[in-house]
Amino acid sequence: MHIVVCIKQVPDSAQIRVHPVTNTIMRQGVPTIINPYDLFALEEALRWRDRLGGEVTVLTMGPPMAEDSLRKALGIGADRGVLLTDRFFAGSDTLATSFALAQAVRKIGETWGTPQLVFTGKQTIDGDTAQVGPGIARRLGLNQLTYVAAIQDLDEKAGTITVSRRAEGGVQELRTQLPALITMLEASNEVRRGSIADVLRAARAELITWNAQAAGITDMGNCGLRGSPTVVKRVFAPKAKAVKAVQVDVKDKDHDTIAEDLILKLYATQPALEDELLRMAAGY
Amino acid sequence: MSTAPLPSRAGMKKELPERFKAYKHVWVFVEYEHGQVHPVSLELLGEGRKLADQLGVELAGVLLGGDKAALQAAAVDVWEHGADLVYLCADPILEHYRNEPYTRVMTDLVNTYQPEIVLLGATVLGRDLAGSVATTLLTGLTADCTELAIDDERSLAATRPTFGGSLLCTIHTLNFRPQMATVRPRVMAMPPRQPGRGGRVVDHPAGLHEHDIITKVLRFVQDRDSNKAQLAYADIVVAGGLGLRSPENLQHVRALAAVLGGVWGGSRPLVQKGWMEADRQIGQTGKTIRPKLYIAAGISGAIQHRVGVEGADTIVAINTDRNAPIFDFAHLGVVADAIEMLPALTEAFRKRLSVNRLAG
Repeated sequence: MHIVVCIKQVPDSAQIRVHPVTNTIMRQGVPTIINPYDLFALEEALRWRDRLGGEVTVLTMGPPMAEDSLRKALGIGADRGVLLTDRFFAGSDTLATSFALAQAVRKIGETWGTPQLVFTGKQTIDGDTAQVGPGIARRLGLNQLTYVAAIQDLDEKAGTITVSRRAEGGVQELRTQLPALITMLEASNEVRRGSIADVLRAARAELITWNAQAAGITDMGNCGLRGSPTVVKRVFAPKAKAVKAVQVDVKDKDHDTIAEDLILKLYATQPALEDELLRMAAGY
Repeated sequence: MSTAPLPSRAGMKKELPERFKAYKHVWVFVEYEHGQVHPVSLELLGEGRKLADQLGVELAGVLLGGDKAALQAAAVDVWEHGADLVYLCADPILEHYRNEPYTRVMTDLVNTYQPEIVLLGATVLGRDLAGSVATTLLTGLTADCTELAIDDERSLAATRPTFGGSLLCTIHTLNFRPQMATVRPRVMAMPPRQPGRGGRVVDHPAGLHEHDIITKVLRFVQDRDSNKAQLAYADIVVAGGLGLRSPENLQHVRALAAVLGGVWGGSRPLVQKGWMEADRQIGQTGKTIRPKLYIAAGISGAIQHRVGVEGADTIVAINTDRNAPIFDFAHLGVVADAIEMLPALTEAFRKRLSVNRLAG
């Protein structure tokens, strides 16, 4: 079975800093990582390849340096990496991104065999929209399975797949037909460490780099800024609150005294809270 | 090779194509499952009402489900939270949420009645649906908005955190309709119910057949741990951050929450480190909360955390770093080690609350 996994290279959000004076993002020196949610998608794809045979193609769209993330994915065990990169993609919102990625998945299918499964993470940690996966599914007519916690059954012959997915207030078990697009939930599996052989292969591997034309995109009107219905008009730092926290005096005091002081201050700040807490504590 | 000139930012100007000029009114997709309207939909009706009033148009709720009588009862809820009318589509095919029939019906409704704004809750259901609908309609969708407004040109100005929650950005869909946005539960305040407030119903046929729908629901298993589900709607929340230094110390957070009759949670790094499950995460990418009391222990207060807790009536912060950003938006602060402060606070609350209970 041929499986495609869409990944994104993102800045390690834990290490982004905002310039204290200019309120701009300080990107310099921020390391990039594979979007952590995508690793669960990659692992799941590799497991099913190992079980059923076939290949895993990893696809990413981004600047040329995004090939780093493809090499990492190859090092974990993917068979092939495709980098979709073109200045025409700059400024893409989620709709334009799903257009370009869907075209690339189509081209991957024409070149190496139609994928029966396309995986993405549940969302990225930089955009956090969770929109691109469903967008790709829609554009390619794939059956959409989001927030999948586990693939229960995959019957290649019958062309069916059964999954458990996170739903509101519970877990939904769904069965659908292949080809399907799956967005994987975090912690749905344990991501493997690549074998030494894979890591060595990844370092030397020839990556496939496509621009828009190579991916079979003829209408640039669907790409980048021109293909993006949304426009970012303003980026700004949130307003600082005028009043800072009232500090409970801690100097030369033991923790029990501080706790007592804190509770008194709290009740003084919000008088209704004491009754509320009594009711809550009593289990009403 | 691509050699044509790069596109300009022409989309920055509003030049609404003729075919979209008839699009009017504000819609809220009302999430109705297992016999209940999701509270986020009612919160969105409150927000949608303000937008509709500003535009001088109507507010409609969209109700899809399997049982017509149940949906009609839910429609009363929708009117009483501010809607003028309800588009109601009842069909057994819509009994349980599935992407395909819901996308088809929503898309059909939009194309038929042409709303200018469509709001959905950023729940797992809303996010599953919104992306499909927006892609089918080829229009703009802004996720997880924290503020919605109408600009001078009558466009929706949707503000959301960006760059991992360190900045905010305002996004517009100028030249496509409808303008779509999702909002997380608890980000907007619940509007007061207006008992007796009535409205209209527009019945819409689904026009679908079960044999055309490929995906089947085999079963639904309800969550057992209802506390986790309640986090967003809890009145008292206690949360821990990296200042706890080890996952074992989360027990102090749990103990205080238990004494207060509240629910516990944690900041994003705890999930990334595997100290707790993702559904206990508080912040922009986890749960947004609006409790009466929020106690943050050992949490520094990055923007993405801040936007998730700012709706709390009172925020108490415990942190060893007196310069931690959390003290910029907390109401009460204690510069102390959370690991020592939490047990002391638990004990102090326990004494007070149990003494008073006996006396009362």
